[in-house]
Amino acid sequence: MKPLGIIVCVKVVPKPEEVSVNPETRTLDRAKARSELNPPDMNAIEMALALRERYGGSVSLLSMGPPFAAPYLQVGLAMGADHAYLLSDRLFGGADTLPTSFALARGIQKIGEWDLVLCGEESSDGATGQVPAGIAEWLDCSQATYAMDLALLPDGRLRAEREIRGGHEVIAVSLPAVVSVKLGVNEPRFMDMELRRTAPAVTVWNASDLGVDPASLGFEGSPTVVGAVWQAKSPERRREFLDGTLQEKARLLAERIRALVSF
Amino acid sequence: MIPPAYAPDEARGLWVFLEQEGGQLEGVALELLGKGRELARARGILLTGLLLGHGVEAGARQAIAHGADHVVVAEDPLLAAYTTDAYTNVSARIILERKPETLLLGATPNGRDLAGRLAVRLRTGLTADCTGLAWEEGTGLLLGEVTGFGGGVMASIKCARHRPQMATVRPGIFPLPPSDPDHAGRIESVAVSLEAGEIRTQILERVRHAGVDITRASVIVAGGRGVKGDFGPVTELARLLGGEVGASRVACDLGWIGRDHQIGQTGFVTRPKVALVCGISGATQFSVGVKDAGLIVAINSDPEAPIFEEADVCVVDDLFPVLEALIAELKRRRP
Repeated sequence: MKPLGIIVCVKVVPKPEEVSVNPETRTLDRAKARSELNPPDMNAIEMALALRERYGGSVSLLSMGPPFAAPYLQVGLAMGADHAYLLSDRLFGGADTLPTSFALARGIQKIGEWDLVLCGEESSDGATGQVPAGIAEWLDCSQATYAMDLALLPDGRLRAEREIRGGHEVIAVSLPAVVSVKLGVNEPRFMDMELRRTAPAVTVWNASDLGVDPASLGFEGSPTVVGAVWQAKSPERRREFLDGTLQEKARLLAERIRALVSF
Repeated sequence: MIPPAYAPDEARGLWVFLEQEGGQLEGVALELLGKGRELARARGILLTGLLLGHGVEAGARQAIAHGADHVVVAEDPLLAAYTTDAYTNVSARIILERKPETLLLGATPNGRDLAGRLAVRLRTGLTADCTGLAWEEGTGLLLGEVTGFGGGVMASIKCARHRPQMATVRPGIFPLPPSDPDHAGRIESVAVSLEAGEIRTQILERVRHAGVDITRASVIVAGGRGVKGDFGPVTELARLLGGEVGASRVACDLGWIGRDHQIGQTGFVTRPKVALVCGISGATQFSVGVKDAGLIVAINSDPEAPIFEEADVCVVDDLFPVLEALIAELKRRRP
Protein backbone atom coordinates (compact mmCIF):
# COMPACT_ATOMS: atom_id res chain seq x y z
CA MET A 1 0.00 0.00 0.00
CA LYS A 2 1.37 3.40 -0.87
CA PRO A 3 2.01 5.86 1.95
CA LEU A 4 -0.82 8.24 2.81
CA GLY A 5 -0.52 11.95 2.19
CA ILE A 6 -2.65 13.47 4.95
CA ILE A 7 -3.52 17.13 5.36
CA VAL A 8 -5.22 18.28 8.57
CA CYS A 9 -7.14 21.56 8.39
CA VAL A 10 -7.00 23.36 11.71
CA LYS A 11 -8.20 26.68 13.05
CA VAL A 12 -6.89 28.96 15.76
CA VAL A 13 -9.89 30.21 17.73
CA PRO A 14 -10.43 32.54 20.67
CA LYS A 15 -11.29 30.68 23.87
CA PRO A 16 -15.09 30.78 23.81
CA GLU A 17 -15.54 31.73 27.46
CA GLU A 18 -13.31 34.79 27.01
CA VAL A 19 -15.25 36.36 24.15
CA SER A 20 -17.94 38.90 24.94
CA VAL A 21 -20.12 41.40 23.14
CA ASN A 22 -19.31 45.06 23.58
CA PRO A 23 -22.71 46.51 24.51
CA GLU A 24 -21.93 49.91 22.98
CA THR A 25 -20.48 48.96 19.61
CA ARG A 26 -22.48 45.70 19.46
CA THR A 27 -19.48 43.93 18.05
CA LEU A 28 -17.50 40.99 19.31
CA ASP A 29 -14.80 41.84 21.78
CA ARG A 30 -12.05 39.32 21.17
CA ALA A 31 -9.24 41.56 22.39
CA LYS A 32 -9.20 40.08 25.87
CA ALA A 33 -9.63 36.50 24.70
CA ARG A 34 -6.65 34.19 24.52
CA SER A 35 -6.40 31.85 21.56
CA GLU A 36 -6.08 28.10 21.26
CA LEU A 37 -6.06 25.42 18.61
CA ASN A 38 -9.74 24.56 18.03
CA PRO A 39 -10.31 21.58 20.41
CA PRO A 40 -12.10 19.34 17.84
CA ASP A 41 -9.09 19.79 15.52
CA MET A 42 -6.93 18.09 18.13
CA ASN A 43 -8.92 14.89 17.52
CA ALA A 44 -8.29 15.27 13.78
CA ILE A 45 -4.54 15.73 14.32
CA GLU A 46 -4.45 12.67 16.59
CA MET A 47 -6.32 10.59 14.02
CA ALA A 48 -3.92 11.72 11.28
CA LEU A 49 -0.87 10.80 13.34
CA ALA A 50 -2.35 7.39 14.19
CA LEU A 51 -3.06 6.73 10.50
CA ARG A 52 0.50 7.72 9.58
CA GLU A 53 1.82 5.32 12.22
CA ARG A 54 -0.30 2.54 10.77
CA TYR A 55 0.13 3.10 7.03
CA GLY A 56 3.15 5.38 6.67
CA GLY A 57 3.11 8.71 4.89
CA SER A 58 3.11 12.30 6.00
CA VAL A 59 0.92 14.70 7.95
CA SER A 60 0.70 18.38 7.00
CA LEU A 61 -1.25 21.00 8.90
CA LEU A 62 -3.08 23.72 7.01
CA SER A 63 -4.71 26.75 8.53
CA MET A 64 -6.10 30.09 7.49
CA GLY A 65 -5.71 32.98 9.88
CA PRO A 66 -3.72 36.00 11.02
CA PRO A 67 0.08 35.71 11.39
CA PHE A 68 -0.32 35.16 15.15
CA ALA A 69 -1.76 31.71 14.33
CA ALA A 70 1.69 30.36 13.36
CA PRO A 71 2.90 29.50 16.90
CA TYR A 72 -0.30 27.51 17.46
CA LEU A 73 0.51 25.38 14.43
CA GLN A 74 3.78 24.59 16.15
CA VAL A 75 1.69 22.80 18.78
CA GLY A 76 0.62 20.39 16.03
CA LEU A 77 4.19 20.06 14.78
CA ALA A 78 5.30 19.24 18.31
CA MET A 79 2.61 16.54 18.43
CA GLY A 80 4.31 15.00 15.41
CA ALA A 81 3.02 16.62 12.20
CA ASP A 82 5.64 16.92 9.44
CA HIS A 83 4.79 20.29 7.91
CA ALA A 84 2.59 23.29 8.61
CA TYR A 85 1.15 25.84 6.22
CA LEU A 86 -0.63 29.05 7.09
CA LEU A 87 -2.78 31.00 4.64
CA SER A 88 -2.48 34.52 5.87
CA ASP A 89 -3.57 37.68 4.14
CA ARG A 90 -5.98 40.50 4.93
CA LEU A 91 -7.88 39.40 1.82
CA PHE A 92 -8.84 36.16 3.60
CA GLY A 93 -10.42 38.06 6.51
CA GLY A 94 -14.15 38.09 7.22
CA ALA A 95 -14.79 34.90 5.25
CA ASP A 96 -17.90 32.78 5.75
CA THR A 97 -17.90 29.07 4.95
CA LEU A 98 -17.92 29.47 1.14
CA PRO A 99 -14.64 31.42 0.70
CA THR A 100 -13.11 29.65 3.72
CA SER A 101 -13.59 26.22 2.18
CA PHE A 102 -12.46 27.64 -1.19
CA ALA A 103 -9.19 29.05 0.16
CA LEU A 104 -8.45 25.87 2.12
CA ALA A 105 -9.15 23.75 -0.99
CA ARG A 106 -6.70 25.88 -3.01
CA GLY A 107 -4.17 25.58 -0.20
CA ILE A 108 -4.56 21.79 -0.25
CA GLN A 109 -3.97 21.76 -4.02
CA LYS A 110 -0.90 23.91 -3.60
CA ILE A 111 0.54 21.54 -0.98
CA GLY A 112 0.17 18.94 -3.73
CA GLU A 113 0.38 15.20 -3.09
CA TRP A 114 -2.49 14.25 -0.81
CA ASP A 115 -4.93 11.39 -0.35
CA LEU A 116 -6.84 12.41 2.71
CA VAL A 117 -7.91 15.69 4.30
CA LEU A 118 -8.99 15.56 7.94
CA CYS A 119 -10.87 18.30 9.79
CA GLY A 120 -12.33 18.66 13.25
CA GLU A 121 -16.11 18.30 13.24
CA GLU A 122 -16.64 22.02 13.78
CA SER A 123 -14.92 25.08 15.17
CA SER A 124 -15.72 26.19 18.68
CA ASP A 125 -16.28 29.80 17.56
CA GLY A 126 -18.48 29.61 14.46
CA ALA A 127 -19.64 26.04 15.11
CA THR A 128 -21.10 25.58 11.63
CA GLY A 129 -19.48 22.22 10.88
CA GLN A 130 -19.98 23.04 7.19
CA VAL A 131 -16.41 23.67 6.05
CA PRO A 132 -15.30 20.03 5.60
CA ALA A 133 -18.13 19.24 3.16
CA GLY A 134 -17.42 22.53 1.40
CA ILE A 135 -13.74 21.65 0.94
CA ALA A 136 -14.73 18.25 -0.48
CA GLU A 137 -17.01 19.94 -3.02
CA TRP A 138 -14.35 22.43 -4.15
CA LEU A 139 -11.93 19.49 -4.55
CA ASP A 140 -14.61 17.32 -6.21
CA CYS A 141 -13.78 14.34 -4.03
CA SER A 142 -15.68 12.02 -1.70
CA GLN A 143 -16.42 12.94 1.89
CA ALA A 144 -17.18 11.30 5.22
CA THR A 145 -18.41 13.59 7.98
CA TYR A 146 -18.62 12.85 11.72
CA ALA A 147 -16.20 9.94 11.38
CA MET A 148 -15.37 7.96 14.50
CA ASP A 149 -12.96 5.43 13.02
CA LEU A 150 -10.93 5.23 9.80
CA ALA A 151 -9.01 2.41 8.12
CA LEU A 152 -7.79 1.57 4.64
CA LEU A 153 -9.47 -1.32 2.85
CA PRO A 154 -7.42 -3.80 0.82
CA ASP A 155 -8.88 -2.31 -2.40
CA GLY A 156 -7.42 1.09 -1.50
CA ARG A 157 -10.68 2.71 -0.44
CA LEU A 158 -11.18 4.32 2.94
CA ARG A 159 -13.45 2.63 5.47
CA ALA A 160 -15.16 5.14 7.74
CA GLU A 161 -17.45 4.55 10.64
CA ARG A 162 -19.60 7.65 10.96
CA GLU A 163 -22.42 8.99 13.05
CA ILE A 164 -25.94 9.20 11.66
CA ARG A 165 -29.07 10.40 13.44
CA GLY A 166 -29.77 7.86 16.18
CA GLY A 167 -27.05 5.44 15.14
CA HIS A 168 -24.00 4.89 13.02
CA GLU A 169 -23.02 3.53 9.64
CA VAL A 170 -19.92 2.09 8.06
CA ILE A 171 -19.12 3.38 4.60
CA ALA A 172 -16.37 2.84 2.06
CA VAL A 173 -15.32 5.89 0.06
CA SER A 174 -12.85 6.30 -2.73
CA LEU A 175 -9.69 8.32 -2.11
CA PRO A 176 -8.94 11.17 -2.23
CA ALA A 177 -11.45 12.08 0.46
CA VAL A 178 -12.23 14.77 3.00
CA VAL A 179 -13.19 13.54 6.46
CA SER A 180 -14.49 15.42 9.48
CA VAL A 181 -13.57 13.69 12.72
CA LYS A 182 -16.20 13.37 15.43
CA LEU A 183 -15.34 15.29 18.56
CA GLY A 184 -13.86 13.26 21.38
CA VAL A 185 -13.18 10.04 19.48
CA ASN A 186 -9.58 9.83 20.67
CA GLU A 187 -7.21 11.18 23.25
CA PRO A 188 -4.93 13.73 21.54
CA ARG A 189 -1.30 13.11 22.43
CA PHE A 190 0.84 15.62 24.30
CA MET A 191 3.46 17.78 22.65
CA ASP A 192 6.93 16.31 22.47
CA MET A 193 9.44 18.97 23.51
CA GLU A 194 12.14 17.39 21.35
CA LEU A 195 9.87 17.57 18.28
CA ARG A 196 9.03 21.12 19.20
CA ARG A 197 12.72 22.03 19.22
CA THR A 198 13.36 20.46 15.82
CA ALA A 199 10.04 21.40 14.15
CA PRO A 200 10.30 23.07 10.74
CA ALA A 201 9.14 26.66 10.34
CA VAL A 202 5.55 27.29 9.33
CA THR A 203 5.21 28.06 5.61
CA VAL A 204 3.09 31.18 5.11
CA TRP A 205 1.20 31.79 1.86
CA ASN A 206 -0.77 34.88 0.94
CA ALA A 207 -3.64 35.26 -1.53
CA SER A 208 -1.40 35.79 -4.55
CA ASP A 209 0.57 32.63 -3.68
CA LEU A 210 -2.70 30.74 -4.16
CA GLY A 211 -3.25 32.43 -7.51
CA VAL A 212 -6.95 33.02 -6.97
CA ASP A 213 -9.25 35.92 -7.71
CA PRO A 214 -9.30 38.11 -4.57
CA ALA A 215 -13.02 38.70 -5.17
CA SER A 216 -13.70 35.07 -4.21
CA LEU A 217 -11.97 35.45 -0.87
CA GLY A 218 -12.74 36.79 2.56
CA PHE A 219 -15.51 39.26 3.26
CA GLU A 220 -15.96 40.12 -0.40
CA GLY A 221 -16.37 36.48 -1.37
CA SER A 222 -18.89 35.74 1.38
CA PRO A 223 -22.56 35.45 0.43
CA THR A 224 -23.64 35.86 4.06
CA VAL A 225 -23.30 38.91 6.25
CA VAL A 226 -23.62 39.18 10.01
CA GLY A 227 -26.29 41.64 11.06
CA ALA A 228 -26.87 42.19 14.75
CA VAL A 229 -24.67 40.60 17.40
CA TRP A 230 -25.72 40.31 21.02
CA GLN A 231 -24.80 38.55 24.23
CA ALA A 232 -26.93 35.47 24.83
CA LYS A 233 -28.85 35.59 28.05
CA SER A 234 -30.84 32.84 29.61
CA PRO A 235 -34.27 33.51 31.07
CA GLU A 236 -34.14 34.58 34.70
CA ARG A 237 -34.38 31.56 36.97
CA ARG A 238 -35.79 31.46 40.50
CA ARG A 239 -32.67 30.06 42.14
CA GLU A 240 -34.54 28.69 45.10
CA PHE A 241 -32.15 26.79 47.38
CA LEU A 242 -33.78 23.95 49.28
CA ASP A 243 -32.90 23.39 52.93
CA GLY A 244 -33.63 20.72 55.48
CA THR A 245 -33.12 17.00 55.80
CA LEU A 246 -32.82 14.76 52.76
CA GLN A 247 -36.43 13.72 53.17
CA GLU A 248 -37.59 17.33 53.38
CA LYS A 249 -35.61 18.26 50.27
CA ALA A 250 -37.03 15.25 48.45
CA ARG A 251 -40.57 16.19 49.41
CA LEU A 252 -40.08 19.79 48.21
CA LEU A 253 -38.51 18.56 44.98
CA ALA A 254 -41.42 16.21 44.34
CA GLU A 255 -43.85 19.09 44.90
CA ARG A 256 -42.02 21.41 42.49
CA ILE A 257 -41.94 18.73 39.82
CA ARG A 258 -45.54 17.67 40.40
CA ALA A 259 -46.68 21.24 39.79
CA LEU A 260 -45.59 20.88 36.16
CA VAL A 261 -45.95 17.23 35.19
CA SER A 262 -48.26 14.45 36.17
CA PHE A 263 -46.77 11.02 36.50
CA MET B 1 -18.14 38.21 -5.16
CA ILE B 2 -18.48 34.56 -6.11
CA PRO B 3 -21.17 34.68 -8.83
CA PRO B 4 -24.54 33.26 -7.68
CA ALA B 5 -26.08 30.26 -9.45
CA TYR B 6 -29.25 32.26 -10.09
CA ALA B 7 -30.43 35.76 -9.33
CA PRO B 8 -32.72 36.77 -6.45
CA ASP B 9 -35.41 38.04 -8.82
CA GLU B 10 -35.71 34.62 -10.49
CA ALA B 11 -36.12 32.83 -7.16
CA ARG B 12 -39.49 31.66 -5.82
CA GLY B 13 -40.80 29.92 -2.76
CA LEU B 14 -39.71 28.42 0.52
CA TRP B 15 -38.40 24.86 0.35
CA VAL B 16 -37.75 22.36 3.10
CA PHE B 17 -35.48 19.36 2.58
CA LEU B 18 -37.39 16.36 3.94
CA GLU B 19 -34.91 13.96 5.48
CA GLN B 20 -36.41 10.50 5.71
CA GLU B 21 -35.49 7.14 7.10
CA GLY B 22 -37.19 4.10 5.62
CA GLY B 23 -39.83 6.35 4.04
CA GLN B 24 -40.77 8.05 7.34
CA LEU B 25 -39.92 11.73 7.69
CA GLU B 26 -37.43 12.69 10.38
CA GLY B 27 -38.90 14.75 13.22
CA VAL B 28 -36.80 17.77 12.30
CA ALA B 29 -38.30 17.77 8.80
CA LEU B 30 -41.78 18.05 10.31
CA GLU B 31 -40.60 20.79 12.67
CA LEU B 32 -39.22 22.72 9.69
CA LEU B 33 -42.53 22.31 7.85
CA GLY B 34 -44.28 23.81 10.88
CA LYS B 35 -41.97 26.81 10.97
CA GLY B 36 -41.95 26.97 7.17
CA ARG B 37 -45.76 27.12 7.13
CA GLU B 38 -45.64 30.17 9.39
CA LEU B 39 -42.90 31.86 7.34
CA ALA B 40 -44.59 31.11 4.00
CA ARG B 41 -47.93 32.43 5.21
CA ALA B 42 -46.33 35.66 6.43
CA ARG B 43 -45.18 36.46 2.89
CA GLY B 44 -47.91 34.71 0.93
CA ILE B 45 -45.52 32.28 -0.74
CA LEU B 46 -45.66 28.53 -1.35
CA LEU B 47 -44.14 25.96 0.99
CA THR B 48 -42.53 23.11 -0.93
CA GLY B 49 -41.00 19.93 0.47
CA LEU B 50 -38.09 18.27 -1.32
CA LEU B 51 -38.19 14.53 -0.74
CA LEU B 52 -35.53 12.14 -2.02
CA GLY B 53 -35.68 8.41 -1.45
CA HIS B 54 -37.19 5.18 -2.67
CA GLY B 55 -40.75 4.23 -1.77
CA VAL B 56 -41.45 7.50 0.03
CA GLU B 57 -45.03 8.24 -0.95
CA ALA B 58 -46.25 7.96 2.64
CA GLY B 59 -43.62 10.55 3.60
CA ALA B 60 -44.92 12.92 0.93
CA ARG B 61 -48.46 12.61 2.30
CA GLN B 62 -47.10 13.13 5.81
CA ALA B 63 -45.45 16.37 4.62
CA ILE B 64 -48.71 17.68 3.16
CA ALA B 65 -50.53 16.86 6.41
CA HIS B 66 -47.86 18.85 8.26
CA GLY B 67 -48.27 21.97 6.17
CA ALA B 68 -46.56 21.58 2.77
CA ASP B 69 -48.44 23.01 -0.24
CA HIS B 70 -46.37 20.99 -2.64
CA VAL B 71 -43.92 18.11 -2.39
CA VAL B 72 -41.32 17.44 -5.06
CA VAL B 73 -40.50 13.73 -4.91
CA ALA B 74 -37.41 12.20 -6.50
CA GLU B 75 -37.44 8.42 -6.24
CA ASP B 76 -34.73 6.02 -7.26
CA PRO B 77 -33.30 2.83 -5.73
CA LEU B 78 -29.95 4.68 -5.53
CA LEU B 79 -31.61 7.23 -3.23
CA ALA B 80 -32.96 4.65 -0.77
CA ALA B 81 -30.26 5.47 1.80
CA TYR B 82 -28.38 8.74 2.05
CA THR B 83 -25.07 9.14 0.29
CA THR B 84 -23.41 12.51 -0.24
CA ASP B 85 -23.01 12.26 -4.01
CA ALA B 86 -26.46 10.88 -4.83
CA TYR B 87 -28.31 13.36 -2.65
CA THR B 88 -26.17 16.37 -3.63
CA ASN B 89 -26.38 15.65 -7.34
CA VAL B 90 -30.12 15.07 -7.43
CA SER B 91 -30.96 17.98 -5.08
CA ALA B 92 -28.70 20.38 -6.97
CA ARG B 93 -30.25 19.47 -10.34
CA ILE B 94 -33.77 20.04 -9.03
CA ILE B 95 -32.86 23.27 -7.24
CA LEU B 96 -31.06 24.76 -10.25
CA GLU B 97 -34.13 24.03 -12.35
CA ARG B 98 -36.81 25.20 -9.88
CA LYS B 99 -34.83 28.06 -8.28
CA PRO B 100 -36.24 28.23 -4.76
CA GLU B 101 -35.66 31.44 -2.85
CA THR B 102 -35.02 29.71 0.48
CA LEU B 103 -33.99 26.17 1.44
CA LEU B 104 -34.17 24.87 5.01
CA LEU B 105 -32.54 21.61 6.14
CA GLY B 106 -32.35 19.77 9.46
CA ALA B 107 -28.95 19.93 11.14
CA THR B 108 -28.69 16.18 11.62
CA PRO B 109 -25.39 14.50 10.71
CA ASN B 110 -26.66 13.74 7.19
CA GLY B 111 -28.49 17.06 6.88
CA ARG B 112 -25.25 18.90 7.61
CA ASP B 113 -23.28 16.56 5.33
CA LEU B 114 -25.64 17.53 2.50
CA ALA B 115 -26.06 21.22 3.37
CA GLY B 116 -22.34 21.99 3.44
CA ARG B 117 -21.78 20.27 0.12
CA LEU B 118 -24.85 21.67 -1.59
CA ALA B 119 -24.16 25.26 -0.53
CA VAL B 120 -20.80 25.16 -2.32
CA ARG B 121 -22.25 23.36 -5.35
CA LEU B 122 -24.88 26.13 -5.59
CA ARG B 123 -22.32 28.85 -4.72
CA THR B 124 -24.58 30.26 -2.07
CA GLY B 125 -24.62 31.22 1.60
CA LEU B 126 -25.49 28.84 4.39
CA THR B 127 -26.44 29.82 7.92
CA ALA B 128 -25.83 26.78 10.06
CA ASP B 129 -27.57 25.65 13.24
CA CYS B 130 -30.14 28.42 13.46
CA THR B 131 -31.98 28.81 16.74
CA GLY B 132 -34.51 31.14 15.12
CA LEU B 133 -35.73 32.10 11.63
CA ALA B 134 -37.56 35.25 10.55
CA TRP B 135 -38.01 37.52 7.54
CA GLU B 136 -36.16 40.82 7.69
CA GLU B 137 -38.43 43.82 7.84
CA GLY B 138 -38.45 45.64 4.50
CA THR B 139 -36.15 43.36 2.49
CA GLY B 140 -37.90 40.05 3.12
CA LEU B 141 -34.53 38.38 3.47
CA LEU B 142 -34.24 35.34 5.71
CA LEU B 143 -32.64 36.18 9.04
CA GLY B 144 -31.05 33.18 10.72
CA GLU B 145 -30.38 33.56 14.42
CA VAL B 146 -27.28 31.63 15.44
CA THR B 147 -25.21 31.11 18.55
CA GLY B 148 -21.45 31.12 18.61
CA PHE B 149 -18.60 30.80 21.06
CA GLY B 150 -20.13 27.90 22.94
CA GLY B 151 -23.52 29.59 23.11
CA GLY B 152 -22.43 32.83 24.76
CA VAL B 153 -22.87 35.09 21.73
CA MET B 154 -25.81 35.37 19.36
CA ALA B 155 -25.96 36.89 15.91
CA SER B 156 -28.37 37.23 13.03
CA ILE B 157 -27.09 36.29 9.59
CA LYS B 158 -28.51 36.96 6.15
CA CYS B 159 -27.66 36.18 2.57
CA ALA B 160 -28.37 39.18 0.38
CA ARG B 161 -27.55 38.33 -3.22
CA HIS B 162 -27.21 34.56 -3.52
CA ARG B 163 -30.03 32.04 -3.84
CA PRO B 164 -31.26 29.85 -2.39
CA GLN B 165 -30.66 31.38 1.02
CA MET B 166 -29.84 28.19 2.90
CA ALA B 167 -30.19 27.50 6.60
CA THR B 168 -29.96 24.46 8.84
CA VAL B 169 -31.84 24.03 12.10
CA ARG B 170 -31.16 21.43 14.77
CA PRO B 171 -33.83 18.99 15.90
CA GLY B 172 -35.92 20.25 18.79
CA ILE B 173 -35.62 23.97 18.06
CA PHE B 174 -39.11 24.37 16.59
CA PRO B 175 -42.19 22.59 17.92
CA LEU B 176 -43.72 19.69 16.06
CA PRO B 177 -46.72 21.03 14.09
CA PRO B 178 -50.05 19.26 14.42
CA SER B 179 -50.96 16.86 11.63
CA ASP B 180 -53.99 17.85 9.55
CA PRO B 181 -55.07 14.99 7.27
CA ASP B 182 -57.43 17.37 5.44
CA HIS B 183 -54.73 19.82 4.44
CA ALA B 184 -54.52 19.84 0.65
CA GLY B 185 -51.31 19.80 -1.32
CA ARG B 186 -49.82 18.55 -4.54
CA ILE B 187 -47.37 15.66 -4.80
CA GLU B 188 -45.19 15.91 -7.89
CA SER B 189 -42.84 13.14 -8.97
CA VAL B 190 -39.82 14.27 -10.91
CA ALA B 191 -37.61 12.17 -13.16
CA VAL B 192 -34.24 11.27 -11.64
CA SER B 193 -31.16 11.03 -13.79
CA LEU B 194 -28.64 9.37 -11.54
CA GLU B 195 -25.95 6.87 -12.50
CA ALA B 196 -24.40 4.44 -10.01
CA GLY B 197 -21.01 5.71 -11.20
CA GLU B 198 -21.69 9.15 -9.74
CA ILE B 199 -21.72 7.74 -6.20
CA ARG B 200 -18.34 7.45 -4.50
CA THR B 201 -19.74 6.09 -1.24
CA GLN B 202 -20.75 2.51 -0.55
CA ILE B 203 -22.72 1.81 2.61
CA LEU B 204 -21.36 -1.35 4.20
CA GLU B 205 -23.40 -1.40 7.38
CA ARG B 206 -26.04 0.71 9.07
CA VAL B 207 -27.17 0.54 12.68
CA ARG B 208 -30.03 2.61 14.07
CA HIS B 209 -30.68 2.44 17.79
CA ALA B 210 -34.33 2.26 18.64
CA GLY B 211 -36.22 4.72 20.67
CA VAL B 212 -34.33 7.47 22.42
CA ASP B 213 -35.27 10.96 21.30
CA ILE B 214 -34.50 13.40 24.08
CA THR B 215 -35.60 16.37 21.96
CA ARG B 216 -39.24 15.39 22.52
CA ALA B 217 -39.11 14.41 26.18
CA SER B 218 -41.29 16.39 28.57
CA VAL B 219 -39.11 15.37 31.49
CA ILE B 220 -35.35 14.88 31.35
CA VAL B 221 -33.14 13.61 34.13
CA ALA B 222 -29.57 14.36 33.13
CA GLY B 223 -26.37 13.07 34.66
CA GLY B 224 -22.80 14.28 34.32
CA ARG B 225 -19.38 13.76 35.80
CA GLY B 226 -20.95 13.62 39.29
CA VAL B 227 -22.73 10.30 38.63
CA LYS B 228 -19.28 8.69 38.50
CA GLY B 229 -20.27 6.18 35.87
CA ASP B 230 -23.48 5.05 37.57
CA PHE B 231 -26.56 6.12 35.62
CA GLY B 232 -28.76 3.71 37.63
CA PRO B 233 -30.55 6.19 39.94
CA VAL B 234 -30.80 8.81 37.14
CA THR B 235 -32.43 6.19 34.90
CA GLU B 236 -34.79 5.01 37.61
CA LEU B 237 -35.90 8.57 38.35
CA ALA B 238 -36.45 9.27 34.64
CA ARG B 239 -38.60 6.14 34.41
CA LEU B 240 -40.66 7.12 37.47
CA LEU B 241 -41.28 10.56 35.98
CA GLY B 242 -42.10 9.17 32.53
CA GLY B 243 -39.10 10.99 31.10
CA GLU B 244 -35.84 10.34 29.28
CA VAL B 245 -32.24 10.22 30.43
CA GLY B 246 -29.96 13.05 29.37
CA ALA B 247 -26.22 13.43 29.83
CA SER B 248 -23.42 15.95 29.69
CA ARG B 249 -20.71 15.68 27.07
CA VAL B 250 -18.21 14.43 29.64
CA ALA B 251 -20.47 11.52 30.61
CA CYS B 252 -20.73 10.55 26.91
CA ASP B 253 -17.01 11.08 26.26
CA LEU B 254 -16.26 8.73 29.14
CA GLY B 255 -18.51 6.12 27.56
CA TRP B 256 -20.96 5.99 30.47
CA ILE B 257 -23.93 6.49 28.15
CA GLY B 258 -24.66 6.79 24.42
CA ARG B 259 -24.41 9.99 22.38
CA ASP B 260 -28.18 9.89 21.80
CA HIS B 261 -28.51 11.20 25.34
CA GLN B 262 -26.08 14.10 25.01
CA ILE B 263 -27.43 17.57 25.76
CA GLY B 264 -25.79 20.82 24.69
CA GLN B 265 -23.89 22.60 21.97
CA THR B 266 -22.48 19.42 20.46
CA GLY B 267 -25.43 17.26 21.52
CA PHE B 268 -29.16 17.89 21.41
CA VAL B 269 -31.16 20.98 22.22
CA THR B 270 -34.06 19.99 24.44
CA ARG B 271 -37.10 21.81 25.74
CA PRO B 272 -38.67 19.67 28.45
CA LYS B 273 -41.18 20.92 31.00
CA VAL B 274 -38.79 19.77 33.71
CA ALA B 275 -35.06 19.12 33.54
CA LEU B 276 -33.30 17.60 36.55
CA VAL B 277 -29.61 18.24 36.16
CA CYS B 278 -27.58 15.95 38.39
CA GLY B 279 -23.86 16.26 38.93
CA ILE B 280 -23.34 18.58 35.95
CA SER B 281 -21.45 21.79 36.62
CA GLY B 282 -23.29 23.65 33.85
CA ALA B 283 -20.78 25.07 31.39
CA THR B 284 -22.41 27.20 28.68
CA GLN B 285 -21.96 24.46 26.13
CA PHE B 286 -24.23 22.26 28.25
CA SER B 287 -26.77 24.84 29.38
CA VAL B 288 -27.67 25.97 25.84
CA GLY B 289 -29.23 22.52 25.55
CA VAL B 290 -31.69 23.04 28.44
CA LYS B 291 -32.12 26.80 28.57
CA ASP B 292 -35.71 26.58 27.30
CA ALA B 293 -36.80 24.03 29.90
CA GLY B 294 -39.87 25.03 31.90
CA LEU B 295 -38.25 24.21 35.23
CA ILE B 296 -34.61 23.46 35.88
CA VAL B 297 -33.69 21.54 39.02
CA ALA B 298 -29.98 21.36 39.80
CA ILE B 299 -28.43 18.88 42.19
CA ASN B 300 -24.72 19.33 42.76
CA SER B 301 -22.38 18.99 45.70
CA ASP B 302 -20.39 22.07 44.64
CA PRO B 303 -22.19 25.25 45.79
CA GLU B 304 -20.12 27.25 43.29
CA ALA B 305 -21.27 25.20 40.26
CA PRO B 306 -22.48 27.58 37.50
CA ILE B 307 -25.58 25.43 36.98
CA PHE B 308 -27.05 27.02 40.13
CA GLU B 309 -27.05 30.39 38.34
CA GLU B 310 -29.43 28.92 35.79
CA ALA B 311 -31.68 26.73 37.92
CA ASP B 312 -35.09 27.33 39.47
CA VAL B 313 -34.67 24.81 42.25
CA CYS B 314 -31.23 24.17 43.70
CA VAL B 315 -30.05 21.38 45.94
CA VAL B 316 -26.49 21.61 47.21
CA ASP B 317 -25.83 18.05 48.25
CA ASP B 318 -24.36 14.75 47.24
CA LEU B 319 -26.54 13.60 44.36
CA PHE B 320 -26.89 9.89 45.20
CA PRO B 321 -28.60 10.33 48.61
CA VAL B 322 -30.83 13.08 47.14
CA LEU B 323 -31.87 10.88 44.21
CA GLU B 324 -32.46 7.97 46.54
CA ALA B 325 -34.68 10.09 48.79
CA LEU B 326 -36.54 11.57 45.82
CA ILE B 327 -37.13 8.13 44.30
CA ALA B 328 -38.45 6.90 47.67
CA GLU B 329 -40.69 9.97 47.96
CA LEU B 330 -42.13 9.49 44.48
CA LYS B 331 -42.75 5.79 45.07
CA ARG B 332 -44.39 6.54 48.42
CA ARG B 333 -46.81 9.02 46.89
CA ARG B 334 -47.69 6.86 43.92
CA PRO B 335 -51.42 6.34 43.72
